[in-house]
Amino acid sequence: MKKRSTGVLAALGTLFALSSAAFAQDGEPIKMGVLEDQSGDFAVATIGKVHGIQLAAEEINESGGINGRPLELVIYDTQSDNRRYQEFMRRVLQRDKVDVVFAGFSSASREAYRPIVDQFDGLAFYNNQYEGGVCDANMIVTGAVPEQQFSTLIPYMMEKYGKKVYTIAADYNFGQISAEWVRNIVAENGGEMVGEEFIPLGVSQFSQTIQNIQQADADFLVTLLVGTAQASYYEQAASANVDLPMASSVNVGQGYEHKRFQPPSLANMYVTTNWIEEIDNPESKAFVEKWRAKFPDEPYINQEAENSYLAVYLYKQMVERAGTTDHDAIRDVIAEGDVCMDAPEGNVCIDPKSQHMSHTIYLARVEEDHSITFPKVWEDIKPYWLGEAGCDLTKSNPEAQYTPSNPPPASE
Amino acid sequence: MDFLSGLFSFIYQTGDAFAFLVLSACGLAVIFGMMGIINLAHGEFILCGAYVSASAARMGLPLPFAILLGAVVAGLVGMLLERAIIRHLYNRPLDSIVVTWGISMIATQGTLIILGSTMPGTGTPFGSFAVGAYSYSIYRLVLMAAAVATLAVLWLIFTRTRFGILARATIQVPHIAEALGVNTPMIYSLTFGLGAALAGLAGGLYAPTMTLVPTMGAAFVVEAFVTVVVGGADIFLGTAPAAAILAVVKAGLTSWQGQLAGQIGLLVAVIIVIRILPRGLTGFILRERA
Repeated sequence: MKKRSTGVLAALGTLFALSSAAFAQDGEPIKMGVLEDQSGDFAVATIGKVHGIQLAAEEINESGGINGRPLELVIYDTQSDNRRYQEFMRRVLQRDKVDVVFAGFSSASREAYRPIVDQFDGLAFYNNQYEGGVCDANMIVTGAVPEQQFSTLIPYMMEKYGKKVYTIAADYNFGQISAEWVRNIVAENGGEMVGEEFIPLGVSQFSQTIQNIQQADADFLVTLLVGTAQASYYEQAASANVDLPMASSVNVGQGYEHKRFQPPSLANMYVTTNWIEEIDNPESKAFVEKWRAKFPDEPYINQEAENSYLAVYLYKQMVERAGTTDHDAIRDVIAEGDVCMDAPEGNVCIDPKSQHMSHTIYLARVEEDHSITFPKVWEDIKPYWLGEAGCDLTKSNPEAQYTPSNPPPASE
Repeated sequence: MDFLSGLFSFIYQTGDAFAFLVLSACGLAVIFGMMGIINLAHGEFILCGAYVSASAARMGLPLPFAILLGAVVAGLVGMLLERAIIRHLYNRPLDSIVVTWGISMIATQGTLIILGSTMPGTGTPFGSFAVGAYSYSIYRLVLMAAAVATLAVLWLIFTRTRFGILARATIQVPHIAEALGVNTPMIYSLTFGLGAALAGLAGGLYAPTMTLVPTMGAAFVVEAFVTVVVGGADIFLGTAPAAAILAVVKAGLTSWQGQLAGQIGLLVAVIIVIRILPRGLTGFILRERA
């Protein structure tokens, strides 16, 4: 008796296996790994990214999925820890066998997981603004890069406030390379760096730094501070009455410091961002409304949240045009050069050479009462630097990160 | 004038670093020095104090009372934890490390889940003043005064009150103290509560100047441990002089070469002290006196 029932079970199992194989083309879900920091030092800026992906996936599934296949999310909390990224990246690629991964906030974590994506020939979206320069066919970057954020911001600030610039930056690859960009752009525009200080991640006491800044007599300050500990700078600088205009590519648009701190500690801060929730156009309003309906308690919808949301739709478009989730087929679609979409920020397109994305760049200014105004908007700013420097992913795949002082080799 | 303003600047920065080190380390030093418990949940008592005082301040309680409330709540939470968990771990230092580490993770993650990823701050009171070319925050002077006052009050508690004498007796020879009628479990509980309250006080005092997030305790913990390791077991012979020495090292290096150098300086100082004074400054001073 016992033996027979086992036989029936086995037969049933085979039947299920067969039926699921038969549906593989249209019914089987497309698996998307999501590795974002939902706890730890970076969680403030990144919980919204997970929500953006969930919102987009829900909308896509309600309207029939991608080529009739539903999107299934495999979400892990990477805890603001680079080792977790490596661990979970191996897990989603090897065990969960996902078709695509959306991963990463800090540049240190991206560089920690990127070799693993390359090793297993995965496809990863990095939906974060960063210091630029990643030339890797396994990566698609939807965040803004320095030629989009600094080439606009720094000349504007120098014209408005003066040519003496002081930079404080988080002391890791993001801060170091971003500071190099600032340095170069200041020099190109005939300005002068009167100081530069790199702050280890996790530092929260800035008394002495504040004094070094006051001593240097700068016209404006570039803040490239990352993580919640470093955000304590603004409160401490305001209470010491530093009173310098500030410029940033990461603050406000990422960590919504203007909402978290009492006015006027962030007054006179200028940020170039590709989207924040204060942007006043019908698409953004509708997007914010949709978001609040699903996540009513969201403290702030930041630029990375929008990047993550639109990236899901970009992936949908690529898979639908390729007819498969196969990476080579997706890359052929990108190479056609017209993977574009209307996002809340405006029209965006993927550049085939670098697999980075064009953006509308908004200059956001924080007022005395911490409301936001937009003195200037630059439309359709392309991520041109990598392509001009010699990175062309349609021809070769160096899987490297380049910087202005370490550009791609000229011979390629 | 230039020299004077430079001198003032150095004194201010040293005082500022001293205040941060003393306030972050005091609670840890009481719990470690008196009870031998290495409390890895120290940062979360600081978090507790900061969150309670910031919420109270935003609900309209005047800031000094809000800060004290933060300390009291952290102290009560500390006593509860001592009753429930810590008292099983006396004389088991390694186990106490693991357990308090677990408590710390539960507290951080619990705060994140229940209260969200961030809490709005209250803003720093009092504004600024200028000396020479520099302007300074008045509130940082309050922090320096609070650090000195905390040390003074602790000294009074441990040398001039009945609780202090009983606590020292209990810590030195628990069985004799018990035989003489001292309620030793109560003393342990109060001492742990005092340590937690001191951590809460640090949290409350620094809350107006910092980002309020579930991981904020981590910003204090390295400095606190460094100070206690350099200082050794005694607060007055160890923690206070250690904080003074480390403050000079940190302020000097940070003004000379930036924050990175300041951090490196702190850690190098610890390595040197552990190498030549394994029992910290306390051991050194007591040996000199003996």
